[in-house]
Amino acid sequence: MSMSELAPTLPPALQTGQPLEGELAELIVAALNLEVPAGQIDPEARLYGEGLGLDSIDILEIALVVSKQYGVQLRADDAANTQIFRSLRHLAAYVAAHRTK
Amino acid sequence: MLAYRGGTPVCAAQFLADARALAAHLPAGRHLINLSADRYRFAVGLTAALLAGKVSLLPPTHTPQVVRHLRAFAPDVFCLTDSAECDVDLPQVRFPDTPSLPVPWQVPHLAPETLIAYVFTSGSTGVPVPHPKTWGRLVSCIRAGAERLGVAPGTAVLATVPAQHMYGFESSVLLPLLAGGALAAERPFYPADIAQALAALPAPRVLVTTPIHLRALLAAAAPLPSAERLISATAPLSEALAREAEARFGAPLVEIYGSTETGQLAMRRTALEQSWRCWPQVSLAIQAARAWARGGHLEQPTPLGDEIELLADGRFLLRGRLADLVNIAGKRSSLAYLTHQLLAIEGVLDGAFFLPEERAGGTEAGVTRLAAAVVAPGLSRAALLAALRERIDPAFLPRPLLQVERLPRNSTGKLPQEALRALAEPAPREHA
Repeated sequence: MSMSELAPTLPPALQTGQPLEGELAELIVAALNLEVPAGQIDPEARLYGEGLGLDSIDILEIALVVSKQYGVQLRADDAANTQIFRSLRHLAAYVAAHRTK
Repeated sequence: MLAYRGGTPVCAAQFLADARALAAHLPAGRHLINLSADRYRFAVGLTAALLAGKVSLLPPTHTPQVVRHLRAFAPDVFCLTDSAECDVDLPQVRFPDTPSLPVPWQVPHLAPETLIAYVFTSGSTGVPVPHPKTWGRLVSCIRAGAERLGVAPGTAVLATVPAQHMYGFESSVLLPLLAGGALAAERPFYPADIAQALAALPAPRVLVTTPIHLRALLAAAAPLPSAERLISATAPLSEALAREAEARFGAPLVEIYGSTETGQLAMRRTALEQSWRCWPQVSLAIQAARAWARGGHLEQPTPLGDEIELLADGRFLLRGRLADLVNIAGKRSSLAYLTHQLLAIEGVLDGAFFLPEERAGGTEAGVTRLAAAVVAPGLSRAALLAALRERIDPAFLPRPLLQVERLPRNSTGKLPQEALRALAEPAPREHA
């Protein structure tokens, strides 16, 4: 079976070959009690506001999960901060670059 | 010192000079919405407004619909902002960037009956309800609490809450200004930022925060600086979280009970006691099955939104919100108001907001969100959420939003909460 046949049955987050995106999606859905299945989160969609519809309470919750799971302490004065929550893909890239566990 | 901005102290003479300069720069309108995110600038804006004889409006949220109502309430309203990206649909005044030259120290005098602000609650019919606040009553409330809250001359106050809501307005702006303390301009968000901002302030220092931020701080495992006092409000804190916070910060944690309508009314040391002590001169009474607060800084007896059990010694216990009222992450509203907003959306045939079952663990498990069921065959989920976003604060956006063919109304047309909750029962999770 080729990849192109397999792809449509895989969640979008897993199709990219980035397991961290899928892992983060699972963590976020569980922590925030979201109705959307983790596999259906578009890794390019905005997390904040429209898109996934998260607000600042959720962002704080994600920050907690990310610090526990990966040892990444998010900071608002980090120049990259506004980018981090643009999408699941941005968040995953940031975590991948800064994780300590 | 009157404030700290990015670790730099600001003296009172500088503050007054900034307020005077801004007062001269404000337009003619008598009402303003002060959106300054920087707490120092908020305080300068508030003082400038007072010097220029203007009244601040503090709405619970800035959705386009609330802004339209505020324009109807005060047609001359303008908005003071320190952000280039402010999208509030009102005439905007940008906060001047250059500091003014300090002037000789001279505290302006205000008569006690001077109207300082209207703080708004969301109301039950869609129109925000104004609560007038006069200088004398605000001062009397803050002074009554200052000593118990551990803020004395020289105390630096850092807050994780905005200056624009009643709790932040009282505890992070008025409290340091009136008690001779110093306010920190920053509003740190992430646990690591809160810890760093607190550590950057000289002792004694006080952290004004909420159960949500405390929980995040304690879970983050980052080293925490010591504090003189922790202050929490907006939602009840658990005894376990309070004890842990006291141990980690090495400071007493004082929880405040109050509301937009009444201001601060009572406090407790949550780690040691369940019952609340009223502010001196304030007392509670039960009348017609409802708890009322009176005396002290209150102009008239005011009904409370909580179930209250009075104890013999004048203390009281909180027994939860009244049936229709909700508190999501410190933002208060009513199911009736939110349902009214849902039904007002074109294309919505029927609908209701409701509270799903609390997740086990309360505060420790995170925030429980509201749910809504809606009958709107022609509207997509995205269109419904976009329409709601125009009308209500994002904290109340339903999660889940259930699109159904009909609501589970009983034979009398009523909607039992249990039937609504049954709709929200999670289906067994699919394993992809």
